[in-house]
Amino acid sequence: MKKLLVCLMLAAGALWGAAAAAAEGIHMDPFPDERLKDLASLQRGARLFANYCLTCHSASLMRWNRLEDIGLQDKQIKDFLIFGTQKVGDVMAVSMRPADAKAWFGKAPPDLSVIARARTSFEYRGPDYLFTFLRGFYRDAGSPTGWNNVVSANVAMPHVLWERQGPRETTIERVVHTEKAASKIVTVLDHAGLASTSTTPLTGHPEESLEISFKPVDALRARQFDSDVADLVGYLVFMTDPSARTRVLIGVWVLLYVGLFCVVAWWLNRAYWKDVR
Amino acid sequence: MGLHKTEYKGLLGWIDARMPTLMLEYKKHMAEYYAPKNFNFWYFFGSFALVVLVIQIVTGIFLAMHYKPDARFAFESVEYIMRDVPGGWFIRYMHSTGASFFFIVVYMHMFRGLLYGSYRKPRELVWIFGCLIFLCLMGEAFFGYLLPWGQMSFWGAQVIVNLFGAIPLIGPDLAIWIRGDYVVSDATLNRFFSFHVIAIPLVLLGLVVAHILALHDVGSNNPDGVEIKDKLDPQTGRPLDGIPFHPYYSVHDTFGLSVFLLAFFAIMFLAPELGGYFLEWNNFIPADPLTTPPHIAPVWYFTPYYSVLRATTEDFMWVLAAGVAAYAILLYLTVQRPAAKYSILIAALVVVALMIGGPLKLDPKFWGVVLMGLSVLIFFALPWIDQAPVKSIRYRPFWHLLLLVVFVLVFFILGFLGTQQPTPGFTYLAQACTLLYFAFFLLMPWWSRAGEFRPVPDRVVFSAH
Repeated sequence: MKKLLVCLMLAAGALWGAAAAAAEGIHMDPFPDERLKDLASLQRGARLFANYCLTCHSASLMRWNRLEDIGLQDKQIKDFLIFGTQKVGDVMAVSMRPADAKAWFGKAPPDLSVIARARTSFEYRGPDYLFTFLRGFYRDAGSPTGWNNVVSANVAMPHVLWERQGPRETTIERVVHTEKAASKIVTVLDHAGLASTSTTPLTGHPEESLEISFKPVDALRARQFDSDVADLVGYLVFMTDPSARTRVLIGVWVLLYVGLFCVVAWWLNRAYWKDVR
Repeated sequence: MGLHKTEYKGLLGWIDARMPTLMLEYKKHMAEYYAPKNFNFWYFFGSFALVVLVIQIVTGIFLAMHYKPDARFAFESVEYIMRDVPGGWFIRYMHSTGASFFFIVVYMHMFRGLLYGSYRKPRELVWIFGCLIFLCLMGEAFFGYLLPWGQMSFWGAQVIVNLFGAIPLIGPDLAIWIRGDYVVSDATLNRFFSFHVIAIPLVLLGLVVAHILALHDVGSNNPDGVEIKDKLDPQTGRPLDGIPFHPYYSVHDTFGLSVFLLAFFAIMFLAPELGGYFLEWNNFIPADPLTTPPHIAPVWYFTPYYSVLRATTEDFMWVLAAGVAAYAILLYLTVQRPAAKYSILIAALVVVALMIGGPLKLDPKFWGVVLMGLSVLIFFALPWIDQAPVKSIRYRPFWHLLLLVVFVLVFFILGFLGTQQPTPGFTYLAQACTLLYFAFFLLMPWWSRAGEFRPVPDRVVFSAH
């Protein structure tokens, strides 16, 4: 029933979104949804979140003890996740002042409480966006932070998780049209973000395109990083609507109950309408 | 003693002796309200609308207990309801899902009216009350949408209130008066909250009562468009094709309602955002007066009218003016009274001059607002512009049904376009659909009379279950 419903909705969504989808150029990597059902993964995500994100981003709508919903106990939350003097009943605030943040980054880092929903659009899902964004940083000596991003060019946020991902070489292949001719520009950014560019002219009318690929130095580490980011994004999705799991669990029972009631009501209706000629 | 002579016993007798109105009204509206026995699927939606109204009021009461109508706290207080209030997510999702379902149900209910001519004599007042309810509902949805204080709340309200600024002379001042400020702000939020929780609901409830009373005075229409009060049982004086609303339709509607709730709860529990159509994604970003979102779209139930507004561009004014001129000529040729003939011509000349001509020309934005308003208000005219000799689509020419289907398609296309960013192609499509939308109504006095009508039976068509 649930699957059928989801299928129907996806079909409807695909029809409605079809026209808009073509406009977006950037390909979003699909977030592995099964992580949302994996409590250990969500807990790992919470740990990454507390360690890496909460230093600059707040989650001011999320209370620490809401982590009980992903199987953590108050003592664990206090001992392993809260670094400051906050209590488990407090919200995940950040000590950085907005004015300072603005001076340092040019923009106060957004609150992450509902970020997975806020980043969703008719073009892509928020989890996919976050999954691509957090894995899409590359070294670029030309940008103020020394980092750039596949999804969000010249983003103010530096690559906070760089140690976990390890160095990568980036290749950006662009096919562009000038007034008369088309050319393919290949930019290779090495581990330090230094660029070397080569341009080859193209004949005919190839479509404009942009392709970015990476060559990690340590492939194993990069793969582990992808898995870490999936954990983290899973946590962000959980945080955006902490009651979602309960909601679906209750929902299935409600639907079963109403379904049963349908049968009773149909039978009652038939019994009454027998004498209408 | 002054007590009413009662036929009831016990507590009911005690009450009836003191307040006979109670049982009288119960009989009038439930046990002895005779409804046609041939109601079909489309006749469920009236009672669904009543149920959704109750859902909205009850969940709304609980939401108002925790919500803070203050620009600094509004967004957070909604999330506080979702996270910290026990069962808060249930109440909030029920209210947000209910809002969209209200429109689904009301649109189906209105479509039923179009199918079976339920607005025709003697039910004009029922229809007018219904249209007023629809207007209230739109107001209720618009005011309520500002309350979560997200980006779409803020910019949606900004766009719609600015529309009033397009009215000549008084526009800009009117917009400020509505907002209570130069931009949408805390003052706006407070007054919209007041409108949403008390002003409009009061009017809405009054209108719902009037709608039902007016209906029960004339009796319900039915899929055959036959007046059941014309064929009475000579002994009892009751309609031969009528059955008491209670218990027959109360039990019937209970069954319908259980199926309805299945759909309602499936969405509410499993996909409350419904892919961004019931809860817009951008509205999870707190309102920011300094950042305009790249794409502002109203919620799905307003998008058909929003499309009409956006379709009214500078180039389109010429087409519209030509349409007005052609319609005036058509009226001129059909209307008999000379005085009416000339006033039509003069009025058309003035309108065309205001649309395209020289110094008197008004901004296309203003005409967009006019057309958007008309696209809603035109429903009021249906009882008079529909001139078909029979009510129900069942006995009208087949191509009348096709026209109705085209109209519904146009409505859907406009609705879809309203959710999308405008492109030149989409704008042309919206303009074509706008013309078709208005042509359906404005030409109805002519097309509704044309074609071959089948004879309407004396009694309703019904086969026992």
